[in-house]
Amino acid sequence: MKLFGRRDVPLDGDASGRFLPWLVAVMVYLAALALISAMTMSRAITHWQEGLSGTLTIQIPHDQVPRGGPASKANAAPDAIEPILQLLIATPGVREAKVLEPEEIERLLQPWLGAAAGLTDLPVPSLISVTFDTAAEPNLENLAREVSKISPGAVVDTHQSWLGKVRDLARTVQWVAVLVVALIVGCAIMIVAFATRMGLSVHGHVIQLLHLIGARDSYVASQFQAHVLTFALRGGIAGLLLAVGTVFLAGRTLEGSEAILLPEFVLQPLDWSALLLLPVIVAIVATVTARLTVLRTLGRMP
Amino acid sequence: MCHLADHFRWASSVRFCPLDTAIGKTLVRFEDVALRYGAGPEVLGGVSFHLAPGSFHFMIGASGAGKSSLLSMIYLARRPSGGHLHIFERDVTTLSRHETAMMRRKIGVVFQDFRLLDHLTALENVALPLKISGQRDEKVRRHVAELLAWVGLAEHLDSYPPTLSGGQKQRVAIARAVVGRPSLLIADEPTGNVDDRMAVRLLYLFEELNKLGTTIVIATHNESLVARFNHPVVRLGNGGVRIDRRQPGADARPGKGSAA
Ligand SMILES: Nc1ncnc2c1ncn2[C@@H]1O[C@H](COP(=O)(O)OP(=O)(O)OP(=O)(O)O)[C@@H](O)[C@H]1O
Ligand SMILES: [Mg+2]
Repeated sequence: MKLFGRRDVPLDGDASGRFLPWLVAVMVYLAALALISAMTMSRAITHWQEGLSGTLTIQIPHDQVPRGGPASKANAAPDAIEPILQLLIATPGVREAKVLEPEEIERLLQPWLGAAAGLTDLPVPSLISVTFDTAAEPNLENLAREVSKISPGAVVDTHQSWLGKVRDLARTVQWVAVLVVALIVGCAIMIVAFATRMGLSVHGHVIQLLHLIGARDSYVASQFQAHVLTFALRGGIAGLLLAVGTVFLAGRTLEGSEAILLPEFVLQPLDWSALLLLPVIVAIVATVTARLTVLRTLGRMP
Repeated sequence: MCHLADHFRWASSVRFCPLDTAIGKTLVRFEDVALRYGAGPEVLGGVSFHLAPGSFHFMIGASGAGKSSLLSMIYLARRPSGGHLHIFERDVTTLSRHETAMMRRKIGVVFQDFRLLDHLTALENVALPLKISGQRDEKVRRHVAELLAWVGLAEHLDSYPPTLSGGQKQRVAIARAVVGRPSLLIADEPTGNVDDRMAVRLLYLFEELNKLGTTIVIATHNESLVARFNHPVVRLGNGGVRIDRRQPGADARPGKGSAA
């Protein structure tokens, strides 16, 4: 019924009613970007982990002293390759063991070294890529020991140390995201508390009248809550939409190059719903803050 | 008039608190009450009198005598700075915030300066006390509209106070004070801005409410109005209070004026 719909405290016309939605929008925007980065990181790591589990790489260095002079022997395959391949084939659980061709290595290194660098002149180690059966649980320590018997300089790389580093980075990003969100929520609390106190003093005469005709503090608080809830939800949703828009725009610009890392390809429905919760949580925090501020401020009055 | 009685019957059927009209109790009791503003001088001192439930009093006194100040203690806007004040048999200094709010719902007030909310229509202003006490009856609108029509504002239900004349605002303020059929009605100069015919009509409104059990106190400068209605008069002067018993049964006793 219209008669009861109107707010008794005319907060909507206040300056706070105009700038607060924008503040909330900016805060939710920043928080959403922080969360999207953190979630993208952890999704990407899971993705890589899945791709890399069940594989390892064996690096075999060139023979320490080239027999036929530097130029002639630089890129010849090390003698250790054959015996190691034999060993791998004999190892249970190994599905495939493949020596990477020099062209393939060149392609992999090109982004770092540039197209001009002729690999023929460089002592690039030989690489064997090993894939295990999905169910296999190979004894990697044993394998590494056997390999080093054949070629002491060979390195068995299970990618774990690299993945570990990336995981550390991801954890840092996650903590930073948590910190950013916490700071933003703290900011929201302070801003809403401040705006609420301002509203209480601007509309002091209205509130006094409401009290005189029998309003309880909780009634006055509900007026502020309704106001804060509306602007926080409005601002929050706008901020979230802007953040998602930014991410997609960034995706368009970077299209192709590193697509696998972009949130729109990596984030799961669960992540998106977590993001949707963000404006809701901010709105709830703002509303509760408004209520407590009103109750505390009025409660201190005689 | 029958409209009015209907309205008040409805208002009492939906209200939360019963009328406090138990025999032998006093609704308002001042005992040697003093009031000062801040560190200023006492504007009231040695005020003693009491009002019985169901009584109807005028209050007169020179401008600045302290009528508004005294009434503001009754509607719990100010606490006495000395003496004892009991409202509804409760010492006002012992009331919690919650109890104060609940008690105010039983007290209707016509403020000397109206205190209407400018951003609400006349209808919304009058419905406010019902809304605040949790009233969500869909009949509210019709009853409020009828009450406003009764005070001659049928054309102004959706007008905002700044667009109303002084007398129109005053009538909105009166309607807001009586809409919930309070146990106690405090009216501070409620007819100061209306012509004599409307003043008499508004006095009938208060009498109608009084017949249904509401205790009434009206502060006024209008001596002819006081003369026209036979009700006891609380006289305020020299910081003290004297009650003129003008009809048998009017409950009053002389105050101990501080400056005798
Ligand atoms: N808020 C206030 N602060 C300080 N002094 C006040 C305040 N309100 C009233 N007074 C003083 O208290 C005294 C009584 O004022 P009050 O308003 O109660 O008089 P009144 O009888 O209602 O007058 P009127 O008939 O003109 O309305 C006056 O001397 C006034 O100056
Ligand atoms: Mg006055």
